[in-house]
Amino acid sequence: MNFDPRFSGRKFASVGTRPIRPDGVDKVTGRARYGADFNMAGQLVGRVLRSPHAHAKILKIDTSKAEKLAGVKAVITAADLPDLTDGDAAMYDVLDNCMARSKALYDGHAVAAVAAVDARTARQALKLIEVDYELLPHVTDVDEAMKHTAPLINDTIFTEGLEEKPVKPSNVTKRSQFGHGDVHQGFGHADFIVERSFKTEQTHQGYIEPHACVANVSSDGTADLWVCTQGHFVYRQHCAQLLGLEASKLRVTSSEIGGGFGGKTHVWAEPVALALSRKAGRPVKLVMTRDEVFRASGPTSATSIDVKIGARKDGTITAAEATLRYSSGPYAGTWAEIGAMTAFACYKLDNVKTVGYEVLVNRPKTAAYRAPSAPMAAFAVESAVDELAKELGMDPVEFRIKNAAQEGTRSSYGPVYGPIGIGPTLEAAKTHPHMKAPLGKNQGRGMACGFWFNFGGQTCVDLNIGMDGSVSLAVGTVDVGGSRASLSLVAAEELGIDYAQLKAVVADTSSLGYNDMTDGSRGTFSSSMATISAARNAIKILRDRAAQMWDIPVDDVIWENGHAIAKGEKYGNLAALSLKEIAAASGKTGGPIAGHSELVADGAGVSFATHICDIEVDPETGAARVIRYTVIQDAGKAVHPTYVEGQYQGGAAQGIGWALNEEYIYGKDGRLQNAGFLDYRIPVCSDLPMIDTQILEIPNPNHPYGVRGVGETSIVPPLAAIANAMSNAAGVRMTHIPMSPPRVLAAIEAEREGRA
Amino acid sequence: MAGVAVSTTINGDHVEYLCQPDETLLDVLRDRLGLTGAKEGCGTGDCGACSIILDDRLVCSCLVLGAEAEGRQVETVEGMAHGEKLHTLQQKFLEHAALQCGICTPGFLIAAKDLLAKNPDPSEEEIRFGLAGNLCRCTGYDKIVRAVQDAANVMKGA
Amino acid sequence: MVEVTLWGALGQLAGGQSKVEVEAKDIRELFRKLAEQYPGIEPWIEKGIAVAIDGTIYRDTWSKELPQGAEIFLLPRLAGG
Repeated sequence: MNFDPRFSGRKFASVGTRPIRPDGVDKVTGRARYGADFNMAGQLVGRVLRSPHAHAKILKIDTSKAEKLAGVKAVITAADLPDLTDGDAAMYDVLDNCMARSKALYDGHAVAAVAAVDARTARQALKLIEVDYELLPHVTDVDEAMKHTAPLINDTIFTEGLEEKPVKPSNVTKRSQFGHGDVHQGFGHADFIVERSFKTEQTHQGYIEPHACVANVSSDGTADLWVCTQGHFVYRQHCAQLLGLEASKLRVTSSEIGGGFGGKTHVWAEPVALALSRKAGRPVKLVMTRDEVFRASGPTSATSIDVKIGARKDGTITAAEATLRYSSGPYAGTWAEIGAMTAFACYKLDNVKTVGYEVLVNRPKTAAYRAPSAPMAAFAVESAVDELAKELGMDPVEFRIKNAAQEGTRSSYGPVYGPIGIGPTLEAAKTHPHMKAPLGKNQGRGMACGFWFNFGGQTCVDLNIGMDGSVSLAVGTVDVGGSRASLSLVAAEELGIDYAQLKAVVADTSSLGYNDMTDGSRGTFSSSMATISAARNAIKILRDRAAQMWDIPVDDVIWENGHAIAKGEKYGNLAALSLKEIAAASGKTGGPIAGHSELVADGAGVSFATHICDIEVDPETGAARVIRYTVIQDAGKAVHPTYVEGQYQGGAAQGIGWALNEEYIYGKDGRLQNAGFLDYRIPVCSDLPMIDTQILEIPNPNHPYGVRGVGETSIVPPLAAIANAMSNAAGVRMTHIPMSPPRVLAAIEAEREGRA
Repeated sequence: MAGVAVSTTINGDHVEYLCQPDETLLDVLRDRLGLTGAKEGCGTGDCGACSIILDDRLVCSCLVLGAEAEGRQVETVEGMAHGEKLHTLQQKFLEHAALQCGICTPGFLIAAKDLLAKNPDPSEEEIRFGLAGNLCRCTGYDKIVRAVQDAANVMKGA
Repeated sequence: MVEVTLWGALGQLAGGQSKVEVEAKDIRELFRKLAEQYPGIEPWIEKGIAVAIDGTIYRDTWSKELPQGAEIFLLPRLAGG
């Protein structure tokens, strides 16, 4: 398709307004259907048996008693999900994660599953499955797992990326390195050097909706899957590959999704539900419990990061170095690599080096979590940058402005930047009233910057014009937070019609071409590009139909404000034809009118944010609360500003939870101790203040409207912003996230003792 | 196991059902009565997504047995709107974009309705503590609090 | 002829070079020629390599032209949330 994605600088009528979302009424009346809200006639209840052990060989699974229980219709183990991955190592890991094969690799790893007539029978059946385990030594801590003495999780893994090929297997699956210049020389030119080590604990995306699906496999090789997912086309590919189905015969419908944040980007229970359905010959509904969500889905990496930054007296950073160790669960990942790429991306550095180590541990398989890997790296780097500013006696904002990356700067991950938005967010922070507001006792202010790569990807949109002139927009990117409203605005803008004339839906996999999933902040960026393209294709047809109605050459017809207009003096007496009029006549001018678009949206452009936060610390308990918070971020162009603000606020809140409370706590036995919302405490309403937002609009040159992704970056700065505020409020530099009350209190007491 | 026969009132309608003695009211609403507005986010009373009002009291329906609804008044999100006309809270949630994914929204609406019934003019802090039993992972609560404030103002004037 | 910068792991597969010169008009031709010259890189291309052209990252637009004198930088393909 000849689609020109370049920014055109047009004036907007619809884009930038704040209408009510098209799926809104269903969501406030309880009518919207999420993963668990759908049922098929004759469906069974699926349940999964999970390993209680962190690391164990599976010697034998005896399902015979469970199979004999009245009401049980199918019992499956790994044998029912044979390896069809044909050497695709990443998919093999997904398969093994869905159903353990020879070893259980973490507490919560699926080992068998049942489908029964009701939940009680299914639960009883799980108790009748006998699994013989041979317990193996386990390791859950990222630093411990790197030691030579650590138990090996997978003895076929030899570290990739080392200069010399290793002779022994290791829990370190990969080493990666980024940077340029000579850090050794750079540190030689520094007057001040800050060098610190940091740890961050593992957190969960914490979506309120547990994974849920209904699967129905027919004996003719066709199948249906209803599921909450960030990418139903991706789920279709995965499930088809793992089950040996033909992709086009598996129709996947994405339900409304009750939060994902990266945690619903690859399959967990869906292949299991399909395998159960295939064996039972009936539909199977499988819904995870919250305990299962924590133990077996999601989480992000736990990390251990060393940072060293040096600067001259004048505030110029001369060198920066970081070593980043990220846990990836029991399967290889690339999480440290992303951390190593993003760590210093905000800064202009002549000498920079980052090294990442991917580390296997007996914890659930790490999944993406909103700007995956960036928040931990930013926590370490932005904490050290703040310390360095203090040593230099410089204002932390001024210090960052002095060293901020700009157009033409070589990024720490390699390429030279085009026009970027870190500088404007810092300048906005500098002049923001929040920076000058007075602080009370035990209160402190901190700020930090954040960076994230945004993505585009494969995208497909259908725009159909009804004979009454109403427009339906079918998109393939799952709407995780209001994108149907944004995309309707974009279609209205392009067609020149009213927002209310449109209805956007997320189409199932049989109704639309392939779409990558909604990740990498790509939903609105990519699908708006495809929507613009589809609308322009529809306009071509509308012009052609108007030309037919007028019996004039199509080249003489232009499209303006929702109308075909005959151009030129000679047509002076032809009244403009509205979209409605052209649609009404469509049956006689060539049939239905539609615009389609299939494209790869690329050029999303990198994203930056600066956050400011005030906290108050209780020196007696170590409890901290955020009392004021400001997010400043570039949106390129905010299509629906209210939902952009929502993304900023939501990301900040997740970051605040990560900074202060949230962590996976493992016992010595390698079992997760806090697999529930009571003990894994995400922020509640009374924990937070209002979260102020400032949207900057620096157009993205690679999008017709200048749009950038906005979903992820806002989770990157909060960890450091709060740690920096903590340093100013309580006089302690916290290097271990979360800064839970016991950790803060211990630091305050150590500080007091140190002074005494 | 023998079922328990229950006679109750849900959103003003007389309803009768059979349920198992260990079956939660949430499961009854969702699986037996097709009222899927209340959501199960945790099943342990920690997330509030299954909030309902039971005889003027805000409860997590995952912590109530179906059998306990006998002779009582149950109110769920499905009962908030009157025909086409949305409840003020529902309208304000839409106007303020107080939902992103929307899974927590039914619980928040019910909790907010209960809050405003007991305290028609709450301060921001009272709203925040009043809604502290409901988890939202998308919004950071900012727009939810604003929607409830706005709704309270409109409802006071009505 | 464009000069292409490789990230660490990829450089190792290209005989330890961090920069290679390739005659290529677009990303597709670049990948084809890289795979011809350095067969070890081919599986990485299969898995996905992102190409930064003057700082803008392209992941899937293999038809994207490589302008003369542009800075071409290969990067690992990343996951998002």
